[in-house]
Amino acid sequence: MVKIHERKFVSADPDKCVGCQICEYACSWTKEKAFNPIKSRIRVVRVNQLANMAVTCRLCEEPACVAACPRDALTQSEETGAIMIDADKCNGCGWCIEACDYGAIMLHPENKTVYVCDLCKDQGEPQCVKWCPEEALTLVTSDVLAQKARIGAVKKLFQEAKAQK
Amino acid sequence: MIGYAGRILHVNLDTGKTRVERLSEDYAKKYIGGIGLGMRLWLDNTRAGVDPLSPENTLILVTGPISGTMFPTAGNGHAFVAKSPETFGVGEAVAHGTFGAEMKRAGYDAVILHGKSEKPVYLWIDDDSVQLLNAAHLMGKSPSETEEAIKEELGDYYIRVASIGLAGEKLSRIACIINEKTRAAGRTGLGAVMGSKNLKAIAVRGTRDIVPAKPDEFMDMVKEFHERMKGPATQKYRTLGTPENVLVHNALYCMPTRNYNNAHFEEADKVSGEVLNEKFVAKIIGCSSCAMRCEHEVVVPEGPYKGTMTRMEYETLWALGPYCGIGRLDTIIKGMELCNYYGMDAISAGVVAGFAMDCYENGLLSRQDFDGLEAQFGSSETLLLVLEKMGKREGIGDILTDGVRIAGQKIGKGAEKLAQHIKGLEVTGYDLRCLKTAALGFAVSFRGADHNRHGAYAFDVKGKVDRLKAEKGRGKMVRDLEDTYALIDSFIVCKFSRGTYYKELEDMAKLYSLVTGIEMTAEELKRSGERINTIARLINIREGFSRKDDTLPWKVMNMPIPDEGPVKGAFVSQEELDLLLDDYYESRGWNVEGVPTAEKLNELGMEDLIGIVEAKKEA
Repeated sequence: MVKIHERKFVSADPDKCVGCQICEYACSWTKEKAFNPIKSRIRVVRVNQLANMAVTCRLCEEPACVAACPRDALTQSEETGAIMIDADKCNGCGWCIEACDYGAIMLHPENKTVYVCDLCKDQGEPQCVKWCPEEALTLVTSDVLAQKARIGAVKKLFQEAKAQK
Repeated sequence: MIGYAGRILHVNLDTGKTRVERLSEDYAKKYIGGIGLGMRLWLDNTRAGVDPLSPENTLILVTGPISGTMFPTAGNGHAFVAKSPETFGVGEAVAHGTFGAEMKRAGYDAVILHGKSEKPVYLWIDDDSVQLLNAAHLMGKSPSETEEAIKEELGDYYIRVASIGLAGEKLSRIACIINEKTRAAGRTGLGAVMGSKNLKAIAVRGTRDIVPAKPDEFMDMVKEFHERMKGPATQKYRTLGTPENVLVHNALYCMPTRNYNNAHFEEADKVSGEVLNEKFVAKIIGCSSCAMRCEHEVVVPEGPYKGTMTRMEYETLWALGPYCGIGRLDTIIKGMELCNYYGMDAISAGVVAGFAMDCYENGLLSRQDFDGLEAQFGSSETLLLVLEKMGKREGIGDILTDGVRIAGQKIGKGAEKLAQHIKGLEVTGYDLRCLKTAALGFAVSFRGADHNRHGAYAFDVKGKVDRLKAEKGRGKMVRDLEDTYALIDSFIVCKFSRGTYYKELEDMAKLYSLVTGIEMTAEELKRSGERINTIARLINIREGFSRKDDTLPWKVMNMPIPDEGPVKGAFVSQEELDLLLDDYYESRGWNVEGVPTAEKLNELGMEDLIGIVEAKKEA
């Protein structure tokens, strides 16, 4: 199993996300050949005009959705950590949906089985990341996110120090 | 049909009954969607001469053929059309956000609202299920509060809502219809039409797939336009935004100030786009499917209005600021928030406030009218008081909230001359005395004083013509832009993206064909643009308009610009206006009275409407 430190998932930077929903369209187009946000594996939340963020699967360690499935329909990819769904086993009971803290796994409106981000394995790279006009979405590991935040914080500190001089 | 939902929903508010009608391909191709299709449907469904606030005035909600796709900016617009309670001619207003896309996914190109509900209701469109639900508990709430309450009670965060505030409920003729807290179908008072129907809100959830006719080519075009969206054509909107205009217009002495008493504001540098962005802009957000994002969200960081959050654009900033002589951005932002709270067109509301201050300075209104305030230009307290009183229709607000034309008539004693409007609609932030191409565009605009029907100011402001000169040739310039703008609002794409259509109509025709599968050429599209302007003209003619209504505000024609500077003394004379009108009518193929000829209607495939121009001839 790929270690959690090496697991890459789609992360949204709330400072950059503008709530335009292009990721939703890109996802539903890639996966379903239709423009329809309710068939997107990534969903945008606008809490208010200032708080916008796209949310999708975080590829958790010991994922609660997998543990919750009574029919063993969900497994985690050894290679990438993505959640894989066996559509023949899934009966749409929704326990995984309740178990996910992020609302990242959803019930398909027509197939009546659940669906979740698979990192666009057939396309080679997540299409939402490719399309995001604000570069708010990135395919990253937690370590890289931490690095970025750390570097950003230090830069800011030094800029402020410079400005105070 | 592809691209189009192919369905028109009729809702009878008297009985609660609904029915679905097919959209004909003929109408789709001729009138496109948005305001074009909306105006045609209004004409078909409404008799001549209705009182705009009577149940008989149908209110049309309409999307465009591109709505619901991921084409940048094109996926998200919607328009409202009805007879305007301000102009008594055609009223229409466009808004963006996510509401239009949701309506398309619900399976409707248009919703036609007939009659009047006995009790306050809201319309709940849940795909094929359409219901009128009790709205008694929502009355008095702001559009933002209404939206929250409806999402809560219907139990879905992703439902989209367009609603009116207290101003619409009180039939304020400057009331608007707001979706997603900050997006307004603002102009021509359609919030009052909605209020007159006892309709508080329209909530929509749509779950259908949207698939363009030629998916691969369509996606290639989307990719291309995503790149264009990041280029110079949209840079203004992505950076300072439209408030950039403050300093530009001020430098050109074309920013109407203190109710058109001046064309230049000495405190402009305090209310500039630059200061707004530096001190107040907290975030820039985007509408559904937009790759540009332009919506500047501002927050007041300190002082009496600390924490006030709203969207800010040039027009509203100008109306609530320089037009009232106010040089404080925090006041302007608070004023904008009040307009959104009560659901009023902030352009008109600001212009009314400036008018009220002018009346005070001329002794036509007294301190008593303003609760004891000194209501001179520049008074922040007066602006906020007037906005609140108009929102609630209280005291002096009862008169003012019906717009400057009606208020001017009611106040009398010369107040009519202080009322700066065209066809009853308040002016916008372009001083027409020194922008003569714009002056023509404003004079002939079918919804009254407005820059958004033609954008003819661009020629003047960018120096492509002598802006102080009225001359032949301006008619065709205005006409061509009007055709394009009518198409933009019928597709519906965002005007801020207009620069990304490098080949203009050719690009738009290609987009239309790829989405709908209906072959469209640039020439046919041009004719549709002409047809849409013509149908608007026909509606106005049917409702009693004539050449005399294609005029300019009193001060534009009678009070030369007094400010020392490049355009001192400029104004528009009747001779100049007549020259411009003759030139414009001729370029449109209309007679000298501004009435389209029967030949022109035949040429445009509008022979079924010849009766309207013939009735005019007999009258």
